[in-house]
Amino acid sequence: MLEAQARRRQQRSGLLLALPAIIWLGLFFLLPLGIVGVFSFLTREAAGIVSLPFTLEHYERTFGVFSVVLWRSVWISVVSTVICLLIGYPLAFFIATRQNNWVRQLCLFMVVLPFWTNFLVRTYAWRILLGDQGTINAILQGLGLIDAPLTLLNTPFAVILGLVYGFLPFMVLPIYASVDRFDFKYVDAAHDLGANDIKAFFRVVLPMTLPGVFAGSALVFIPCVGAFVTPDLLGGTQGLMIGNLISRQFGQSLNLPLGSALSVTMMLIVMVALLAYVRLGNRRLGG
Amino acid sequence: MLLALLGGVLFAQDKPKVEPWVCPPGFEGQKLSVFNWSTYIAEDTIPNFEKACGVTVDYSIYESSEAMLSKIIQGNPGYDIVVPSGNTVGRMIELDLAIPLDKSLIPNFANVSEALRDPSYDPGNVYSIPYQWGTIGVGYNREKVGYEITSWEQVWNYPGKVAWLNDPRAIMGIGLHLLGFDPNSTDADEIAQARDFLISKGGNVVAIAGDDGQVLLERGDVDITIEYNGDIVNLGYECECDTFAYVVPEEGSVIWVDSMMIPKDAPNVALAHAFIDYILHPQVGADISNYTTYASPNQAAIDLGLIEEVYLNDPAIYPDEKKLERLFSIDHVGSEVEVIYSNAWDELLIFLGR
Repeated sequence: MLEAQARRRQQRSGLLLALPAIIWLGLFFLLPLGIVGVFSFLTREAAGIVSLPFTLEHYERTFGVFSVVLWRSVWISVVSTVICLLIGYPLAFFIATRQNNWVRQLCLFMVVLPFWTNFLVRTYAWRILLGDQGTINAILQGLGLIDAPLTLLNTPFAVILGLVYGFLPFMVLPIYASVDRFDFKYVDAAHDLGANDIKAFFRVVLPMTLPGVFAGSALVFIPCVGAFVTPDLLGGTQGLMIGNLISRQFGQSLNLPLGSALSVTMMLIVMVALLAYVRLGNRRLGG
Repeated sequence: MLLALLGGVLFAQDKPKVEPWVCPPGFEGQKLSVFNWSTYIAEDTIPNFEKACGVTVDYSIYESSEAMLSKIIQGNPGYDIVVPSGNTVGRMIELDLAIPLDKSLIPNFANVSEALRDPSYDPGNVYSIPYQWGTIGVGYNREKVGYEITSWEQVWNYPGKVAWLNDPRAIMGIGLHLLGFDPNSTDADEIAQARDFLISKGGNVVAIAGDDGQVLLERGDVDITIEYNGDIVNLGYECECDTFAYVVPEEGSVIWVDSMMIPKDAPNVALAHAFIDYILHPQVGADISNYTTYASPNQAAIDLGLIEEVYLNDPAIYPDEKKLERLFSIDHVGSEVEVIYSNAWDELLIFLGR
């Protein structure tokens, strides 16, 4: 009897503690989300106004003409995430396995160092590096490796490069945390049982550090799908992504319903991808 | 007689040709917020105004009339002066986003060229007064292209990299014009045809430049760019080379006038009027146009010889009669039709460059 009362009291005080967060999320996340959802079904009026009746027009356009861009956003994000993983895992593994604590701290510091400079400035810098007469082409031509400049800027390649560059730390840090927690006695055990290094890594180390891989992948994939600065500055006409279309609808075009429909669609893409990923992860971790 | 004439000339050269602009009293310590196109004002225009009136000016820039309008339309965030092009002036008036100007506070309005007064989108200049004017055409790198460009066909068929201007109505207007339609068509079918025509001609487009095509051209990222004339002309004068050329293609293109307006809910309407009068002062207007290499609507500045001769005689800045005939303006078509244009532009962006 007393015990139940105590639990109820505990629950109530827990709710009280969470109240600020609940109000915050309700007011600034759920409510706007609801508005975006409703807007996406409303009719567009001139001058940035919306009105009844409800219509599916904006979703028809989203999955019609704009599907090219949806598809491009997804594949660019997937490729960027995979590259981040392929670079980020070995890097995180390298850092986490340094014996010297000072070296480890220095490495981590260097991973987050780029954040000290504004993202926009760093992306503009890529424009100068990647241009036809940019630094990279100048070096390659100077070394006599190529005759004509390579087309690097204003391509999907440039967008992927920019995204990987920008979001790599989000992959490295969670994986580092996972590897850091990993007890290397398991590897010794695997060796004792006859596994070589490669086998020990894929059968023991990788499965046990998967939580970091999943967290890192999600942290990279989500901002990639919504990116708009990177494709805007580096992608040209070939690298247009859904984020660019959304920003255009809320800015220049003043087509709030279409912008809302595109936003909702983007959220659905992210949600479906994450759910699939989590299920995959649970199966791997569970098995 | 001769001596007197000579003396007069010498005397005239000794002192400035016009008296400097005098700020009306009572503005000391106040603030003005100006929202203008990028690369569109002389370096000392704002500091001189601040000094003359004892005020501070917040100067922000935008890359397209649409970008400016999208900020004003959701409630003026505090701008006192905006400088849209003609069709956007019309849109702002239609949407009740502008304040009528009090001409008694703008005596220098008398300096504005007759030809540029009383436009169709704002009869009687009730809401807007010209700032600068120019054309849209083709800027190109002579060395890279290897021949002189004279027509739009050459732009469409160029095998290298091309940039277009992020000015939806102007580019669509060029497409409509080339198809033989009215560049200000209000017919959804014609607009759709122009969109498809432009997509079919835009296979070599690598970027849609937001008023910075001259940077892409200078950096060698594109060989050809559709741009506003002044930005390209400026490039040529700055590098003192023949590398960069500007041409209005023979099939015709866009002529535009950008105008100063006071948006609704402007915090300092009185100082905004003073600012417009200041800009219309012959020397101030001349300084701006001498710096930006766009054409000045200030007839007094031209008559007084304040605009540099070399610019005045440059047909890329002041087109001759024959060229003027080939130019058309982008007019206000009403917000309903603007929606058709902006939808068409969204679709064009997706399919351009393949």
